[in-house]
Amino acid sequence: MSAATHGSHAEAPYQPVFVGASREKLEALFPKYPTKQAVLLPALWIVQEGRGWIPPEGIAEVAAVLGLTPAYVRGVATFYTMYHLHPVGRHFIQVCGTSPCHLCGSDDVLHAILKETGCGELGATSPDGRFTVTEVECLGACGFATPVIIDDDFHDSVTPERVPGILARYP
Amino acid sequence: MTQDRVNVTIDGVPVAVPKGTSIIEAAKQAGVLVPHYCYHPSLPSPAVCRMCLVEVEKAPKLMPACVTTVAEGNVVHVNSPAAKEARESVLEFLLINHPLDCPICDQAGECELQDYVFQEGRANSRYGEFAKRYNPVEDFGPDVLYVANRCILCTRCVRFMEDVAGEPVLNVSERGDRAYIGIDPDHTLTHPWSGNVVDLCPVGSLISKDFLHKARAWDLDKTASVCPGCTQGCNIMIDTRDDVVVRLRPRANLDVNRHFICDEGRADYRWMNRGDRVEAPLRRDGSKLVPTDWEHAIARFAELAKSVRSVTILASGRASTEALGYLRKAFDGASVSAAVKVPTGSEAPLAGVPNLALRTERIPNLAGALLAGFGTDWDRTVAGAGASDLVVLLDVELDDAVAKLISAKTVIIATVDDDRAGGAALVLPTTTMAEENGTYVNRDGRVQRYFQAKAAPGMARPTWWIAAQLAEVGRGVAAPTTAAAAFAGLGKTIPALAGLSYSELGHTGRLVEVTAGAAR
Amino acid sequence: MGYPHPSHPKETVVLSKYFGDAEARTYPGWVKRGGYEALKKALGMTPDAIIEELKASGLRGRGGAGFPTGLKWSFMPKGDGKPHYLVCNADESEPGTFKDREIMRWTPHQLIEGCAIAAYAIGAETCYIYIRGEFTEPWKVMSRAVDDAYANGALGGNVFGSGKRIDMVLHRGAGAYICGEETAMMNSIEGRRGNPRIKPPFPAQAGLFGMPTTINNVETLAATSPILLRGAAWYKGLCLGNPKSTGTKLFSVCGHVMKPGNYEITMGFPMNDLIHDLAGGMRPGRRLKAVIPGGSSVPIMTAAEAEASLCDYEGIIEKGSMLGSAGFIVMDDSADIVYEIYRLAKFYAHESCAQCTQCREGTAWTTKILERILKGQGKREDLDLLLDLSDKMTGRTICVLSDSCAAPIVSGIKKFPEEFDAYLSRAKAPALATVG
Ligand SMILES: Cc1cc2nc3c(=O)[nH]c(=O)nc-3n(C[C@H](O)[C@H](O)[C@H](O)COP(=O)(O)O)c2cc1C
Ligand code: SF4
Ligand code: SF4
Ligand code: SF4
Ligand code: FES
Repeated sequence: MSAATHGSHAEAPYQPVFVGASREKLEALFPKYPTKQAVLLPALWIVQEGRGWIPPEGIAEVAAVLGLTPAYVRGVATFYTMYHLHPVGRHFIQVCGTSPCHLCGSDDVLHAILKETGCGELGATSPDGRFTVTEVECLGACGFATPVIIDDDFHDSVTPERVPGILARYP
Repeated sequence: MTQDRVNVTIDGVPVAVPKGTSIIEAAKQAGVLVPHYCYHPSLPSPAVCRMCLVEVEKAPKLMPACVTTVAEGNVVHVNSPAAKEARESVLEFLLINHPLDCPICDQAGECELQDYVFQEGRANSRYGEFAKRYNPVEDFGPDVLYVANRCILCTRCVRFMEDVAGEPVLNVSERGDRAYIGIDPDHTLTHPWSGNVVDLCPVGSLISKDFLHKARAWDLDKTASVCPGCTQGCNIMIDTRDDVVVRLRPRANLDVNRHFICDEGRADYRWMNRGDRVEAPLRRDGSKLVPTDWEHAIARFAELAKSVRSVTILASGRASTEALGYLRKAFDGASVSAAVKVPTGSEAPLAGVPNLALRTERIPNLAGALLAGFGTDWDRTVAGAGASDLVVLLDVELDDAVAKLISAKTVIIATVDDDRAGGAALVLPTTTMAEENGTYVNRDGRVQRYFQAKAAPGMARPTWWIAAQLAEVGRGVAAPTTAAAAFAGLGKTIPALAGLSYSELGHTGRLVEVTAGAAR
Repeated sequence: MGYPHPSHPKETVVLSKYFGDAEARTYPGWVKRGGYEALKKALGMTPDAIIEELKASGLRGRGGAGFPTGLKWSFMPKGDGKPHYLVCNADESEPGTFKDREIMRWTPHQLIEGCAIAAYAIGAETCYIYIRGEFTEPWKVMSRAVDDAYANGALGGNVFGSGKRIDMVLHRGAGAYICGEETAMMNSIEGRRGNPRIKPPFPAQAGLFGMPTTINNVETLAATSPILLRGAAWYKGLCLGNPKSTGTKLFSVCGHVMKPGNYEITMGFPMNDLIHDLAGGMRPGRRLKAVIPGGSSVPIMTAAEAEASLCDYEGIIEKGSMLGSAGFIVMDDSADIVYEIYRLAKFYAHESCAQCTQCREGTAWTTKILERILKGQGKREDLDLLLDLSDKMTGRTICVLSDSCAAPIVSGIKKFPEEFDAYLSRAKAPALATVG
């Protein structure tokens, strides 16, 4: 069960993200904007990079460093689909499913990925905690159907046949 | 001046309004209501509900009346077929996910969705068998529940907390038709003004736990009043059902409280419903107080007051200007030492509205008391009272210090029945502010009327009446018979009020000069 | 050029000349190819002269609306003493569109140079480039290029010794199509939900951080350096159709074509050639059925309309659709129009920012009706209902996302009624399974 896999997330006491290098990264952002609030999206990215997802404590931490309320930060975070507000697998897979890619067989790629990862259904995390698979809207690479993003890697022109080889690179 | 005004025609009615006025406000002045949800005159306008779309001649499409400012010569149609059709469609879109649980909804009867659907909605839904959006009811704070299924996402609540209260504890979460109003479970609606979100919510989505299922809107009687909670003097409505006060709600007064009241003021109404009231005048008979009628009671009061050289009057700060003024007047000629009690608490401003706060002084009529010649040095006045020939207590709590003063030379004008009054010469039943007409003067010197919201118990009479009767019986000064006449008579002794009348005060009051000790 | 395909002789390669050329990504590589000459030239001109040059070139916005770029820049107030901002729209999320990605991936300095020219022309010292969160590769390439540009004096406090300051900040989106709408983008940069704002005020009066702001698409900005170098007359002369549509433009062609890719053609180029020649035409044995030419937010064209159309703003309007972002979604006779329209409606329902009633509820409702039709449970009245709802979703909301959802639905029903009929009459097997 994914809950078991992520038990460590839930039980370990929360360690602040904005310390050390992450703090420096955050501080370096402030001079680039005339307001502190403008650093909100970048700050959420830093939390997600550090934690794999954005737990409620991460929301609170971002709110604190930017002088906002957690509710405000949460309202913004839920607007953007790339922020994970729930734990996800070790590798997060996004498969385009919008019309241009659908025309080119994205359904088959998606099914191949669901099968190969063992996730079974969209949004679920594989039993080994390795993958979470989602179908997303147009990735802006329709000429390279089907684009698949795994973590920060953008894979162009994925076909069902290429799926096992690509996934093998994500232990 | 004319160049600052813009001439427009709205549904055939010509009006001239200041430059920069929105169509929705201009329409109000033309007597035309533009139906709307997200717009609220005390909040920034996001123009999201799209309910207020109107036809403006020569404009290529329907315009949102809430954010479109009028331009010279605009011809606006609020009730043209195109505008009506647009509203009908917004209503249909809003209803597809709305539970239509009006029979159990607290808002029914004062719901802007129900109202408009009734006026101009479609007879049938074309949504059919699709499932409606479902989200559970959530606890949003000490007095607020969020019934997500009824929410039309107008964002008034979010904007109030963010832009007016300055404490954004509510948000819009998610996107598309999955959107809902979110809250951080650790920071709920505890801001001292957050209860306003309940009134702002145009539907029954944010509801007061206190009011939950207490009454149906159509069973309520609503009376214009003034909050007795502090010197701010927020305008309120007292809602009663069968003579029981069930809630207080803000009443708009752009100069005092705009559309808001604080949570403390809102919650403090239970005393208006107390059952342990003095219902008849009581007169000392030997060691006991026995009921009597007003004629005998006033006669006895006059007897006690006759030829006293010194009087101490200790009064509640909730007493009306009329009460305080006439009490003071009744002892004209004697040396009077008078004080009102001023309980205090911490100040709680509403950040987004200038000059609006729950004030430190938690009484409504401090300025009125000062005008009437009352002081605020309670302890010293209490300490000195023993030396007076007569002590009059008006609706004050009989704590140890005050109770000690009670003797055969004490007249108590009381709302609640208190055993400790036993030693007084007379106990006279009076009305609470909810049971009488009267005025309060707020901290800025705004004289504001409040109206009788419920019946007085038994034989209770307004204090001004009691005091005026005393003066008539004792000294032959003709007594007014109505609160209006009483108010008009105050000008004689309180110059600041001279020339004012109830009709001139209207529903939003009038400013007068208040400087301490302005009386006589 | 139609990267990854070699350039086609009928293309006019200006912006795409170095697509696929890894060396062009580097600062020295770009300089070797004539890069940054345009910026140096611009710094020697007055801002007004640059704006006039752009006006004369006829360049129109490549983000979708086709607003004349020089005119847009001229709206920026002068001498107001306020900070001005330039925002580069690199959110490219319009289904079918993938040209800005290639510009950033292959010629990042072309974009940086264009941004710097625009910033100088509108009096901005800061340019924010808003790159959609999913564009991980363009992000890396652009980050590197911005660093190099700073290191070489093309950006910073004293650009090429001119005394002008131009700073460039890359801002990463996080998954929201609507942030491509210019005012939503400003909210997003400011750390808010990506809600489009009400206009007025327009960005040139009060935009990003409440300051005068110009926002342009990646391709628009990239086109400014060739225009400055080669002159407005040259650019204006690139025109095969209506004189109001000038220059070259990248057309993203995808879907059922043999060679999907970006093709840079002169405005007014025949659509028939673009689809059947440059993009390689249909797969063997297949016929063209339909094209959605502007990204997904415009009306569908039938094969006949498409084949008779010219590729420019006016030509496509004449044939019943719009150029939009020039992302061509091509469908052959194997495509299920009803399904693809449903899939687009689902896209808009997913992306609606939730502010406006018609859009929030309408996109979801129309999706449900299309889903019902695809499940073989459609009713005859469903088509009228879809048309009526679409009508009520059009022209009434803060931004045009709502209209965009309606456009393919309305045109699809009108132009391909038989495809809907097949589901409604149960002649065709359901395309979607019924659950429960
Ligand atoms: C819903 C919506 C999505 C949009 N998405 C994009 C986009 O991804 N990229 C883009 O450049 N413009 C997009 N636009 C257009 C922008 O609002 C804006 O017009 C454009 O960036 C202006 O640049 P231009 O004048 O250079 O075209 C979108 C508009 C709307 C209404
Ligand atoms: S809860 Fe009420 S006030 Fe808040 S958004 Fe919903 S309908 Fe509007
Ligand atoms: S601020 Fe004062 S007057 Fe206003 S509601 Fe609160 S207690 Fe009443
Ligand atoms: S039309 Fe849709 S996306 Fe645009 S502002 Fe309104 S709700 Fe948001
Ligand atoms: S009242 Fe104007 S859009 Fe809501």
